[in-house]
Amino acid sequence: MSRYISYRDFDWVLLVLVLTICALGVVEIYSATLSTKFMGVHIKQVYWILAGVGLMFIVSLLNYSALLERVPLLYLVSIASLVAVEVFGKKYLGARRWVQIGSFHFQPSEWVKLVLILAMAKYFADSKPECTAQDIVKAGALVGVPMFMVLAQPDLGTALTYLPIAIMGLFLGGMKAKHALVIVLLAALLAPVGWHVLKPYQRDRLTSFMEPEADPQRHGYQVIQSLVAVGSGGIFGKGTAHGSQTQGQFLPVPHTDFIFAAFAEEHGFLGAMGLLLLYFIVLMRLIQNAQTAPDRAGAFVVMGVVAVLAFHVLINVGMAVGFMPVTGIPLPLMSYGGSSVLFMFLALGIVMNIRMRRFVN
Amino acid sequence: MFGREEKVSQLRLTAVQYVLLGIFLVLAFGLWRLQVARSDYYTTLAEQNRIKQVPMLAPRGKILDREGRIIVDNYPSFSVLLLRDQNRNLDVDADKIASGLHIPPDELRARLKRMAAVPGYQPLFLKDDITPDELAFIESHRADLPELDIITVHRRLYPKNGFMAHIIGYVGQVSEDMLTQPQWELYNPGDIVGMSGVEQYYNDILMGKNGSRQVLVNSRGKEVGTLSDVQAIPGKQLKLTIDLDLQIAAEEALEGRPGAVVAMDPRNGEILAMVSRPAFDPNEFAVRITRDEWNQLMTDPGKPLLNKAIQAQLAPGSVFKVIMATAGLQEGIAQDLVVNCGGGKTFYGRFFKCWIASNHTTHGSVNISKAIYQSCDSYFYTLAEKLGIGRIAKYATMLGLGQKTGVDLPQEVSGVMPSEEWKIKNFKQKWYAGETISVGIGQGAVTTTPIQLMRAVGAITSGGVLVRPHVAFPDQFPPGFKQVANYTDRVQIPLDEDNWMLITDALAQVVSPVGTAPSAALKGIDFAGKTGSAQTISNDLKKRLGAEGKHFKDNGWFVGVTPRRNPEIVVAVLLEEGEHGYYAARATAQVIKAYVEKQRNLQTQVAKASGQASKQAEVAAVWHDGDTKQPDKMQAGRFTVTADGKTKPVTTAPGLDQSDHPKPAADLEATESHDEMAHPENQIPAPEPPKPPNLKPEEQQNQEKPDVKPPAPAAAVAPTRQP
Repeated sequence: MSRYISYRDFDWVLLVLVLTICALGVVEIYSATLSTKFMGVHIKQVYWILAGVGLMFIVSLLNYSALLERVPLLYLVSIASLVAVEVFGKKYLGARRWVQIGSFHFQPSEWVKLVLILAMAKYFADSKPECTAQDIVKAGALVGVPMFMVLAQPDLGTALTYLPIAIMGLFLGGMKAKHALVIVLLAALLAPVGWHVLKPYQRDRLTSFMEPEADPQRHGYQVIQSLVAVGSGGIFGKGTAHGSQTQGQFLPVPHTDFIFAAFAEEHGFLGAMGLLLLYFIVLMRLIQNAQTAPDRAGAFVVMGVVAVLAFHVLINVGMAVGFMPVTGIPLPLMSYGGSSVLFMFLALGIVMNIRMRRFVN
Repeated sequence: MFGREEKVSQLRLTAVQYVLLGIFLVLAFGLWRLQVARSDYYTTLAEQNRIKQVPMLAPRGKILDREGRIIVDNYPSFSVLLLRDQNRNLDVDADKIASGLHIPPDELRARLKRMAAVPGYQPLFLKDDITPDELAFIESHRADLPELDIITVHRRLYPKNGFMAHIIGYVGQVSEDMLTQPQWELYNPGDIVGMSGVEQYYNDILMGKNGSRQVLVNSRGKEVGTLSDVQAIPGKQLKLTIDLDLQIAAEEALEGRPGAVVAMDPRNGEILAMVSRPAFDPNEFAVRITRDEWNQLMTDPGKPLLNKAIQAQLAPGSVFKVIMATAGLQEGIAQDLVVNCGGGKTFYGRFFKCWIASNHTTHGSVNISKAIYQSCDSYFYTLAEKLGIGRIAKYATMLGLGQKTGVDLPQEVSGVMPSEEWKIKNFKQKWYAGETISVGIGQGAVTTTPIQLMRAVGAITSGGVLVRPHVAFPDQFPPGFKQVANYTDRVQIPLDEDNWMLITDALAQVVSPVGTAPSAALKGIDFAGKTGSAQTISNDLKKRLGAEGKHFKDNGWFVGVTPRRNPEIVVAVLLEEGEHGYYAARATAQVIKAYVEKQRNLQTQVAKASGQASKQAEVAAVWHDGDTKQPDKMQAGRFTVTADGKTKPVTTAPGLDQSDHPKPAADLEATESHDEMAHPENQIPAPEPPKPPNLKPEEQQNQEKPDVKPPAPAAAVAPTRQP
């Protein structure tokens, strides 16, 4: 079936919003890396964004249905790539996340996220509106297998980002409240087991965010510095490139994990709220696209993207203000890093893809 | 749109929207709490954040003698840093700082100005070796003078009064202009490096690598986080071949007269002692030396900075006759050569005097043996003429004259062994046969250093084995260490056995009643050697100068060995203006005696170690009685002691005690963090008063803790009887 698709249906509003966030990100990266050894990486971020935009346009031309049909294959490829990391991966910062192909570093766990969204969408699209226990188990396995592989890298943070995909899928797939309750109880019972499995530094990270002063020199250090940076921004902020905690290198990794804290210090309460508002509007806009999606699968895909995006923002901003433990999850569209940027634009491309076909049967 | 089922539950979608709204409200609340409600609190915290970069200085390796006794050590002291990037108005604080640290305020300001171009995170080293009251000043002003910081550094502690000064050398800071020279290229300004002696030669082993620490501190100086931590790599210790007991004996033998002593084991080239006088005190260099003091040292006519053992090239005088004899015998001429002394001989129209003529007598008929032990000049003039400068130069060069020995100390000189080629090359003139005559008795153009002569005589008495002298054991070098020479080099010079026996027997006769140094004889020791008396200016010049000529006294030389063949030790002594060789011979005998007695003591102890009822040991000792008013006065004696385990031999070089330096409290030494310093309630303990040097044996024993507490000065045991 040929479909007439027009770029008028392209969600330009969404694109503008997204690019605004990206632009703020570039400015903040520039400020955070001034006079450090990372100086100049904001240019690289611009290149990533441009590449991402290009990818987004390309992907929006594809027929997402065709993509969904190939999901089983894609899923196998992702599992295979995770296995490759396990076997061939290079250890960096204590975890095996990368595989080196030539001079490129390939971090599969990001692409796997995308595949999982598609896989979850396809699974629920094909099933009935009601969600049985069997469905829960199957969906759980679908997400759980790659999740545990990533956990073994070890990369707790990224592994956790697979969870919202499953949760969103189950919720929209019609999971009953009583099933949800059972799962929550199970999780509570298994929590102590999980605690044992965690490595000591991971445990410290999870606890130190609650009481950072207890260990100010190591794990509490990052949390404290983030709070100080954000809090000292006040209402109006200290001005771009004038944040003393960011510029003075007190705030750790201000161009990646703690970019929100750096932004909050330099642009104050007003700036930070504005940024949060932008993210909120983007999410709402995405949900609207889900509501107008041409089919069930499309809707699930868009909501999967919503889940991942919201989860990242929650964890990262929560970390910056001291509500969440330090986990190394980037702030989408703002944190410096090619994998994250490309993932977001790919995901957005698929969303555009779905939106542009909304009037077609 | 018709026919469309609800794709996804709208209810649930709406639920998601509200959940998201809730999440964002929570985040907004978090932001509000930090940035609006508690903004002031966090602003204050932000202002208090400071980064401090603290260098962690690596301690330099110790220097030990061959038995592991400490010669050079470090002592901890405090230095004050001025941190320049702490947002403080340094000009305002300058006066206060200057008065508290006893620095002239103008000097402080001038130094700050000079440092303006240097990046702000590099601190300014204000003062080293600060006193306890200066330390207290800094501690008590932690809050209002946060730009001051203290680090523990290790300073070099050398033996007093220039003991072993030339071998050890001294350390100093690399200055900017030094960096242009190739040997200093790889260092940074401010690095402490060796400037002379083994400190310089083995600097790469001794010098460690500094570390640094970047810490986050609040305005009270309390550490709240560590940003980076690079450990300092301490320097490695260096074991020298020097034997402290022999070194002490050698210094004592020189008795403060200008000259040099060098002793070596000719079987392996290990240098057992090396002295040069006058000397300097390297401790003065360890703290900064003033320009005046430096100029004084440079212009002192006694040349205290010169290591005469390897850097004084002087005419060897009659010691050269040993080499002449070797040449003469190996060439087959000297065996049958008999000369009638006659108080001198005429060559090429000039009369060359024999020294015996000033006693108004002659040597009579002289063969090679008598020529050696009576040092007959006439014989050797004749032999020189017969050999010719070419053959003389050949043997002398084989025995190492005219070249550096390659000893592992910097700036050795090579001396001169003249030859026809040498004269043409250097003076563009022909060599005159008449010049050979003077060379025959070690005068004229030939010059040697004490170490060269020592090695040559050692080689001859060892049957022709030439070794490479060295002061450090080569087996302790790390694999990557660049060795300029192979320390275990041995070269065999052709020396027939008959000739060898003849020469060595003749040398033994030198210290007998028929020789030139009978007063140096040692009872019960097979001591052999050769005297030398070298003129520093020619006789004609002396006559012309008249009264002034008397100032140019001859140098006295002696090179001695024991036993006479395959010796275990060879000692060379140069006494500047010592006039006669037998003074030098007596000095050599002292060193030889100390060596032998030490050997015998060891043998006795080993023999006695097989459990006998009354353990008695014969002990020979050289010590200082602790009289600080006469630091050079050494005493010696031989005793019989009951070996009850309480005797303590020399454990470190003399004067190497730490009683002059205020010792910091032990816990301050150990920690690197400044937590304790941030709390004013921590008292800085007063330094321990210097320990009195006179100690009874029991107290001595308590002192013998390895390398931390002040060791006892060189003392064996309280004397039971005076020698």
